[in-house]
Amino acid sequence: MTALWDYLRDNHAEIQSWAVTTLWLSLLPLLAGLALALPAGWLAARHAWTRDTLLALSGALYTIPSLVLFLVLPELLGTRILSAVNVGVALTIYVFALLVRTITDALTAVPSELLAAATAIGHSNLQRLWAVQLPVATPVIAAGLRVAAVSNVSLISVASIIGVSQLGQLFTLGESTETLTPIVLGLIFFVVLAFLYDGAILALTRVLTPWRKAARP
Amino acid sequence: MSSDLPGFASLGRWLNDPDNWLGSGGLLAHLREHLAFTVVIVLVAALIAIPAGIWMGHTGKGILLAGGFANALRAVPALGLLILLIVELSPHIHSRTGVGNLLAPGALPYFIPAALVLVILAVPPMLTNTYAGIQAVDPRAADAARGAGMSPLQVALRVEIPCAMPLILAGLRSATLQVIASLTVAAYAPLVGGLGRLIVDGQQNLIDPSLGYPAMLGAGITVAVLALVADGAFALAGRYVISPGVSGRRIRGRGTAAPQQSTLTES
Amino acid sequence: MIRFNSVTKRYADGGVAVDSLDLVIDSGEITVLVGPSGCGKTTTLRMINRMVEPTSGHILLDGRDVTQIKPTELRRGIGYVIQQAGLFPNYTVLDNIATVPRLLGKTRRAARRQALELLGKVGLDPALAGRYPAQLSGGQQQRVGVARAIAADPPVLLMDEPFSAVDPVVRQQLQRDLLQLQADLHKTIVFVTHDIDEAITLGDRIAVMRNGGRLAQLAAPAELLSRPADTFVAGFVGRDRGYRALGFASAGHLPLHDEAVLRIGEPRGAARDRGQDGWVLVVQDALPLGWLRTTALDDAADDPVTPEMLNLGGTLADESGTLREALDAALSAPSGRGVVVHEDGTFAGTVTASEVLARIESRAAHLREQATR
Repeated sequence: MTALWDYLRDNHAEIQSWAVTTLWLSLLPLLAGLALALPAGWLAARHAWTRDTLLALSGALYTIPSLVLFLVLPELLGTRILSAVNVGVALTIYVFALLVRTITDALTAVPSELLAAATAIGHSNLQRLWAVQLPVATPVIAAGLRVAAVSNVSLISVASIIGVSQLGQLFTLGESTETLTPIVLGLIFFVVLAFLYDGAILALTRVLTPWRKAARP
Repeated sequence: MSSDLPGFASLGRWLNDPDNWLGSGGLLAHLREHLAFTVVIVLVAALIAIPAGIWMGHTGKGILLAGGFANALRAVPALGLLILLIVELSPHIHSRTGVGNLLAPGALPYFIPAALVLVILAVPPMLTNTYAGIQAVDPRAADAARGAGMSPLQVALRVEIPCAMPLILAGLRSATLQVIASLTVAAYAPLVGGLGRLIVDGQQNLIDPSLGYPAMLGAGITVAVLALVADGAFALAGRYVISPGVSGRRIRGRGTAAPQQSTLTES
Repeated sequence: MIRFNSVTKRYADGGVAVDSLDLVIDSGEITVLVGPSGCGKTTTLRMINRMVEPTSGHILLDGRDVTQIKPTELRRGIGYVIQQAGLFPNYTVLDNIATVPRLLGKTRRAARRQALELLGKVGLDPALAGRYPAQLSGGQQQRVGVARAIAADPPVLLMDEPFSAVDPVVRQQLQRDLLQLQADLHKTIVFVTHDIDEAITLGDRIAVMRNGGRLAQLAAPAELLSRPADTFVAGFVGRDRGYRALGFASAGHLPLHDEAVLRIGEPRGAARDRGQDGWVLVVQDALPLGWLRTTALDDAADDPVTPEMLNLGGTLADESGTLREALDAALSAPSGRGVVVHEDGTFAGTVTASEVLARIESRAAHLREQATR
């Protein structure tokens, strides 16, 4: 324990800058991926053909290994290979691919009687989406978001292999110096970060869906 | 186009040079290693996960534990786990033997921790899918099977496993894609082959026209193609392994009643 | 014969499902176990093929203690039908039916050939052979379930609420077909239901069970309706049991009236001459078809009588049938004259409601007299 603490103190400048990169790589792709996946999932839930196309596309995107995306994106985006932007965009793609399926399923699962009732009361399509479909689908979407956030965090460190600096450097550093301390420290950082996201999304879901509390024991 | 690197144009040149394809350090040799490692690791993981999943689905035991383990594992970075095991295990493995032309002499101390990490990552998706599939089998069908005089093994082989097959296969597919992807990360371990070797080594001499970025791109795209082909292969295999009565495929007439099952986990 | 000797089933949580049950189930008959949910009827049934093991007591199947027989072997010799059929979704209809013969070592070919024959026997189109269960209606699935249970021709058939998940019309059809099948096969059938009407329709004998797994009464349906053992049975059997009991009272030799009938295709003019009180019975090859209103035949007297002109409201009563059937025929006939037929379906005569009621009244008086004696 003291070894971890000493290591942290001795290298705090470096670790701090890695942590900043790690934090924004964990947050921005999550938000961007969600922002893109919501309209896409809504579109997919509306027609059979958009559904088939979007789900096939997101399935294929999800199949491509992260390291490969980190490598190819500089070519497509014109960024430098060592730029963290590549990693951010790649992670956004994964969050998007994972959430499109969840959001499509969640919106499709809203009972049709509920939608019919909302329409009958006089909601427009958009009002209906906002007032009925999204709230009812929120718990399922949130569950998908938790999975996306956690696997997103665990993917960040892969970027160390191609030399993009973030907290994953603790692993590569531990390997080259054959010391355990930075490796363990890195594992703790990433796991704690993942659980923080998990807990935060869970808490946010409870705030956003107060009516479910009535059903909870 | 990134300013300091040879780009897609150089990839074309790289791919056109047969020297980069053939030979012991060529793309094809690495592809062969990648495939062999994938098959071995998935097979080992399946031999652990599928029987265990069937048992858990059957008895309902250990499901909470396995589910929690699978969830927690999702939060652990593969690279961190890999390096942890290398640093911890490699010094204790002294075998210098190689395996044919798949593992160079002296590679075992690194290959074993790497393979272990991949097995650990591949087990949960198969395990959770398998027990979920077995649990979802219509209890009446299982009851009827027992009532017809099937032994527990016959109930499992003739009714439960075929009914759970869509989910079992989905787990196998998830695990395979995960292994194909994670093998590139595993190449961070010294002397471990596979397509990741070209990527990791390329990073050391980025601007080299035959070993640098073009080789990384070439290997990376090959991995992506391999993953997509494997995905397609599983879709195809499903047509032969899953009974139409379970998948609802090719069912005409009152086909609307066909059951739908969704996959539970993604890699 | 299946004999329960003080059989008790106690679960690990201390709950008693079946409490020292003594019961004899005769061979070749349908014995119905009926009772409210939680009365242990399903547990009783499932102990016969060792799907549930008794805590104490013995169950003898033709004199052999079932616990002495290997479960798989025992079950292969006993047909088993459950609610919603429990078909194997991964097998075709044919392979579902062929299950037990296959388990007994028959070749796939032989088992399938036999399964195909069974399809017709349970009233299914052979074209369904290659379908999967998900493509069948609930009623069809249940028929496949019955076919699967009898495929290896077991002497005993256990049926656990087999028809409770289908709609009433289909259920009635399935019940009728089961009785027909039983007339052919003479199996020893143990049938569990919570529906007393189903029990009365199907049972040769009915075992009414009460909560805690105790036998309240074992009797033939008619006796159960006319002489319930206690208030529990009386309450369970229901309020209109007096009327339903008529379903088990033979009509005997009712005074049948002859009727001047009209054959299909005869000129309509003839109807006026033969009709009574404005109605004439129309037959085809001596089989009653329906009633024709003579007053409606205003013109075209030479045109033939066609089936479309008939009132089909009346039910038919069997000559050797029950008082309930006869009363129903009389009440439902538009002419007020109930049509009674011979066993081969040909016209025997008519009977009026008041005549049937007179017979019911004299029977009731007889029963009262018996009861007071």
